[in-house]
Amino acid sequence: MPRLDGKVVLLSGGASGIGAATARLVVGEGGKAVLADRDEAKGRALAEALGAAAHFVPLDVVQEPSWQAAVAATTEKFGALHGLLNAAGVGVRNTIEDCTLEEYRRINDINSLGTFLGCKSAIGAMKEAGGGSIVNISSVLGLRGAAHAMAYSASKGAVRTLTKNVALHCAQMKYNIRCNSVHPGYIDTPMIAPRLEQNAGNMTGRQSLEELHPLGRLGRAEEVAHMILFLLSNESTFSTGSEFVCDGGLTA
Amino acid sequence: MVLADMSSELSGRVAIVTGGASGIGAASAALLAAAGATVIVADLQEAGGPESGAGRFVAHDVASEDSWKALLADVLGREGRLDIMVNNAGISGGPGNIETTTVENWQQVQAIDSEGVFLGSKYAIEGMKKTGPGKPAIKGSIVNVSSIAGLIGGAGPTAYTAAKGAVRLMSKSVALYCAEQKYDIRCNSVHPGGVDTAIFNPLWQAMGHEQGKAFIGARHPIGRMSEPSELGEIILFLASDRSSFMTGAEIAADGGITAGLMRRSLLAPS
Ligand SMILES: NC(=O)c1ccc[n+]([C@@H]2O[C@H](COP(=O)([O-])OP(=O)(O)OC[C@H]3O[C@@H](n4cnc5c(N)ncnc54)[C@H](O)[C@@H]3O)[C@@H](O)[C@H]2O)c1
Ligand SMILES: NC(=O)c1ccc[n+]([C@@H]2O[C@H](COP(=O)([O-])OP(=O)(O)OC[C@H]3O[C@@H](n4cnc5c(N)ncnc54)[C@H](O)[C@@H]3O)[C@@H](O)[C@H]2O)c1
Repeated sequence: MPRLDGKVVLLSGGASGIGAATARLVVGEGGKAVLADRDEAKGRALAEALGAAAHFVPLDVVQEPSWQAAVAATTEKFGALHGLLNAAGVGVRNTIEDCTLEEYRRINDINSLGTFLGCKSAIGAMKEAGGGSIVNISSVLGLRGAAHAMAYSASKGAVRTLTKNVALHCAQMKYNIRCNSVHPGYIDTPMIAPRLEQNAGNMTGRQSLEELHPLGRLGRAEEVAHMILFLLSNESTFSTGSEFVCDGGLTA
Repeated sequence: MVLADMSSELSGRVAIVTGGASGIGAASAALLAAAGATVIVADLQEAGGPESGAGRFVAHDVASEDSWKALLADVLGREGRLDIMVNNAGISGGPGNIETTTVENWQQVQAIDSEGVFLGSKYAIEGMKKTGPGKPAIKGSIVNVSSIAGLIGGAGPTAYTAAKGAVRLMSKSVALYCAEQKYDIRCNSVHPGGVDTAIFNPLWQAMGHEQGKAFIGARHPIGRMSEPSELGEIILFLASDRSSFMTGAEIAADGGITAGLMRRSLLAPS
């Protein structure tokens, strides 16, 4: 039996990288995938390629009405909502000295307010479906700091504790909704493409990032997607409020 | 290292304590002053409680960048240097879970509890770097007051829990950056459990102070809440050279809450 038999999953950031890889697995495992992204062209193209089990909705994660519309479009199209992946995000490099307040707010709005609004908007429809699973993508930088990713690591630290707060609330209310965070290392997606181009000393950008991981390479989006698939499926029904690390040994 | 006499240990050093008019901030200000530091109490409200008078009061809103610029200019103008920054000001934002928290509440809490600490750390570094030629080498210390809500999920309202999680990671990134730049500025986070301060006023009003204290105290393995001075001691330690090898660290002062398995959420259902 397919691992997501009939489950309907809404994926923010579904047009690219980890979100897109997860959408492919969801459809491959018998689920329905609603790709929600602000990149309409890429999102629509992928949804079409995935066929009748996929659908695209435009989404700006920092707007609550946009989330409400995405959830409504999901239940209208596929009749229910069982899974939510909060994968939309931006990776920006800055330090405590060069980051402006505007930039700090913009990054935290997309990465953490966006995840908060995703959780808040999905819970109602999941309750109607009798339960569900929320997966929030944090990062290894939600576990460890980084001198040159100050605002990003703050936003991912917020996602880590937000996830636990949501998990405990849903458990206390007996909603049968689980919520977990995923903490990837450096994954070869469009997000980090600019860094791969920047040479660091006598190393290429890619080598300097690969070197951070004991496994000696970058992660692939599919490898993170497999962890997310597990969390979306009924194989993980006793996991909630937990941190799932997928980092080639980086934090070990 | 021979430790100096307590009353002169921090003499010549200048400390800003945000939210220093009440609770943990007031206790920290008093202890820093007792250790010889010149203390600036930067708060929206002027101190009125028994612990007031620890330092010079400056009206300040941590959420406003203009206010930070004015505060820094004032302190560098008058005291001429900055050595210690305690980013303590914070609000709980009132009850709110993932279903009831509004965008407005979220943004208000982030503005004070997360952006306020971001701005406080940024302007602290600027001020400490200006403590330059002719003055003793800087040994800066930034102490950010997070919460056990920055470690676990069941110890605060939703927006607060996210903001305190951001402060925990921000502190580590600031620590690593200052180390990399060889600034001699350390940055650490403190994670209090329940402390008997005005932040609990709504609960005191609902249950009465003694009963409320017992209710929250019973949720700590140690069986009671903390007094503000107990947190002040930790903040003093992190502010002083006694903690000179600590940076990017997180100190839980929570009566054992995060040490083991919690039977119940700290929160009343909201
Ligand atoms: N790639 C990595 O190394 C890495 C490591 C750790 C964590 N992550 C996290 O994984 C998640 C996915 O990242 P990715 O690597 O797949 O990146 P990606 O850039 O390939 O995909 C991110 C997607 O989010 C969308 N998006 C951005 N802002 C949005 C908004 N306001 N509203 C709607 N959609 C928006 C983008 O259009 C894009 O399609 C992010 O949260 C990222 O922080 C990535
Ligand atoms: N009391 C606890 O149990 C507890 C537990 C964990 C963390 N904390 C944290 O400790 C810190 C101090 O809290 P407290 O318990 O002493 O509370 P408190 O309410 O007694 O004191 C907070 C002070 O911050 C000031 N303040 C609020 N907003 C401000 C702003 N925008 N600009 C400047 N000043 C502002 C208030 O006027 C007040 O004097 C907060 O960051 C709080 O989140 C408290």
